[in-house]
Amino acid sequence: MSNSMDDVAKFAQAFFIIGSNTTEQHPVFGAMLRQAVRQRGAKLIVADPRKIDITEFATLHLRQKPGTDIALLNGLMYIILEKGWEDKAFIEERTENFDEFKATVMQYPPEKVAEITRVPVEKLYEAAEIIASSKPTAVLWAMGITQHIVGVRNVMDLANFQMLLGNMGKPGGGVSPLRGQNNVQGACDMGGLPNVYPAYQPVTSEEAREKFEKAWGATTEAKVGLTVTEMMPGILEGKVKSMYILGEDPVMSDPDTKHIRHCLEELDFLVLQEIFPSETAAYADVLLPGSSFAEKTGTFTNTERRVQMVRQAIEPLGESKPDWWILSKLAKKLMVRISERVQKDAPHAGWEYQDTAEIMSEINAVTPSYGGITHARLEAGERLQWPCPTADHPGTPILHTKQFTRGKGKFMAIDHVPPAERPDDDFPMIMSTGRVLYHWHGGQMTRRAAGIMQVYGEALVELNPDDADKLGVNGRNILRITSRRGSIEAKAWVTDRVPPGMVYANFHFPEASANELTHASLDPVSKIPSYKVTAVKVELV
Amino acid sequence: MVKLMINGRAIEAKEGMTVLQAAQEAGITIPTLCDHPDLESFGGCRLCVVDVKGWRTPMASCTLPVNEGMVVETHSPAIEKSRKTILELFMSNYHDSGYENGQKEETQFMHWVKHYGLDVEKSMAAAPHYTVDSDANPFVFVDLNKCIQCTRCVRACADIQGRFVWSMAERGFNTHPVAGADTDMLDARCESCGACVAYCPTGALDNKMSLGAGVPDKLVMTTCTYCGVGCQFELNVKDGKVIRVTSTEKAPVNGNHLCVKGRYGYDFIHHPERLVKPMVRRYLLEGKKPVVSDQSSVTSGPWDWVETEWEKALDIVADKFADTRTKFGADSMGFLTSAKCLNEENYLMNKLARQVIGTNNIDHCARL
Repeated sequence: MSNSMDDVAKFAQAFFIIGSNTTEQHPVFGAMLRQAVRQRGAKLIVADPRKIDITEFATLHLRQKPGTDIALLNGLMYIILEKGWEDKAFIEERTENFDEFKATVMQYPPEKVAEITRVPVEKLYEAAEIIASSKPTAVLWAMGITQHIVGVRNVMDLANFQMLLGNMGKPGGGVSPLRGQNNVQGACDMGGLPNVYPAYQPVTSEEAREKFEKAWGATTEAKVGLTVTEMMPGILEGKVKSMYILGEDPVMSDPDTKHIRHCLEELDFLVLQEIFPSETAAYADVLLPGSSFAEKTGTFTNTERRVQMVRQAIEPLGESKPDWWILSKLAKKLMVRISERVQKDAPHAGWEYQDTAEIMSEINAVTPSYGGITHARLEAGERLQWPCPTADHPGTPILHTKQFTRGKGKFMAIDHVPPAERPDDDFPMIMSTGRVLYHWHGGQMTRRAAGIMQVYGEALVELNPDDADKLGVNGRNILRITSRRGSIEAKAWVTDRVPPGMVYANFHFPEASANELTHASLDPVSKIPSYKVTAVKVELV
Repeated sequence: MVKLMINGRAIEAKEGMTVLQAAQEAGITIPTLCDHPDLESFGGCRLCVVDVKGWRTPMASCTLPVNEGMVVETHSPAIEKSRKTILELFMSNYHDSGYENGQKEETQFMHWVKHYGLDVEKSMAAAPHYTVDSDANPFVFVDLNKCIQCTRCVRACADIQGRFVWSMAERGFNTHPVAGADTDMLDARCESCGACVAYCPTGALDNKMSLGAGVPDKLVMTTCTYCGVGCQFELNVKDGKVIRVTSTEKAPVNGNHLCVKGRYGYDFIHHPERLVKPMVRRYLLEGKKPVVSDQSSVTSGPWDWVETEWEKALDIVADKFADTRTKFGADSMGFLTSAKCLNEENYLMNKLARQVIGTNNIDHCARL
């Protein structure tokens, strides 16, 4: 997020939520948005194919067809330009490449956009007017924007949108991609990505490599590595032989489960470090018992770049160990066996950590945006959001206030591209996937929480009443959902949350996981799977 | 700024403040029950009444704005007597059936009852008026015999969660909160966030999972393990076990608010299926990996899980990884780090892949 949650909730004059089921996926922030609408009359526009809960608070709900976000955004920007509502001063001073961008947007008159998105022309005008007259408007999104073959283009178009309106770098404005997992922001910040070292220093940069080679005392690879969605097929191609998986469950969370199972089956050696025997554990050769958040001390970074302490409350269960302890011990054993790689006298070559505060000191030394974030400061009650480069820096609640990272903000010309998999005669409906309020991702934790299972104990598939009528479904009947890759059976939830022709399924339960059906069509840049659009056939069992 | 006198002290307060807030800022404690700084003022319980010079009747300080020149007495004998009477009236409708509550400490109501010297046993109602545990919600325990009609649950649901599950029904002696049109909470579209429990001052709404769990040995402030909002809360620990989660106004992002997963999704921590010992497949201890067509379906013989010591398990992993690296190169290895783990742990995974092994094949579920 470029801004903070409380900043957005307090100061935005309007919220534009596109592709985020905020009240179910970020419930406490979702509740703050409800209160902003209720208590101070902020406007709310929700663009989502589903009538998600927060639409109850919306000034306007745009129900675009899944996979047509670029057309929708370009259509809104067309109207903004047509009416002269763009922020001319901001565009002039802070951006470049406006003309090329404008030429593309002008290809999206409202009538054409209405045809692509099925959002009526008058609603497009209404939305554009609300947004343009509410300064600033905050734009919020999540995986509903990114999990498409055009995920990156969707995000760029949202950046276009906020630059056009001059909403960047301002309290209550900005771009708010809501990060899903508790520490997905931190995992990215810490170099848990194939193309970057900590703090997004590219592995392809000579300078960055030299820095880490000096710090760690080892040569490093200049070539970008494989993403998770490339590693799996890489196993079948013979490229990947061994894997070390820390607290992840690809069998539940990766697309096309049958294919993933096949890949893991073929893998020569899999080490899984976990707190539960997850669905992926069946394919592991070694299981290392890690520990839960209650059993260790360190930090998580939330969606607004806020680094916060996690504190040990109980001893690790049984002989389980904190994950950092396991990693350090394994690294030391490996360095004995691969002795030629690491020069022991480099400043951060070693792995002798007494606690996570020591690891954080090393992070401070090599991670510019975390340079001044120490356990000591956090324990003293300081509230720090990165970038926080030095020990006396107060942190940065709002990004891009004076200039963008690259200097001027660059408008990108973005065209609509239809989804990779479209309905046809055999698979006439669209399935979209996601989570529900009561469960978390692959469900390893929430399926082991008794009360939660009492409220939501099995997978439900959302089905529109019109489609239910056609199928003869009149309650919680069992449906068979089939895609080109597999089939699941789950109970129907007949509801107008989904429009006719669309079903919504989750991946919390192994016996009926939506990922049995999804496909690994990826965004060419981010390699994210297009979970939000799968062609399926729905039958009554 | 507004100048006023409270208990003979000259006090300056910001315009628009209530007398209660002004007194609190000056370090004067006025008893309250229905008031909470996170919720809209209600002025219902009358416990916070104060005398204002020149006014005929005592006023509820939680809804009384400060005025220039106001002269306020917060603890005059008459006021204290009226507070005691109010508490006696509450107690005459209150019934405690004797179960051990799910709150971490004495409730706010009991605190004032004892403070004003009431004998709990003697002053409470002889028999319950409502069914104890009257709602099916697995997280929220409802015992309206402890309700004092302060409406904090109603306001918490509306002003914090924005869900409007609770409202007050009936009149007079029978006034009580109902969910929806007097149905179960979940049927009234409750999202089980537990805000109503967190704000209830009497234990009429309580944490069902924690009933009888006792008083914690310690409270540990930490960050939630579920979503990216980064809520903080206190883990209540007793005898090495997490027995409840309590919200706190000290949490930077969320204050007293949490969602169902954060507040009530913690029992996975002690689930019997937790992995508590390193395990390796038997073939790793005995020799060569056998060839099978479907590894996941084989559960015996060479694929048995065998518990081992840490040294042994990590030696096996180190041997295999070093061997793979020698035979097929560093890029034949893949590392998935974890968005559930600490920054420090993610940094180490990145260091392990890039420094020790020498590959950039590291990723996690950011895309999934």
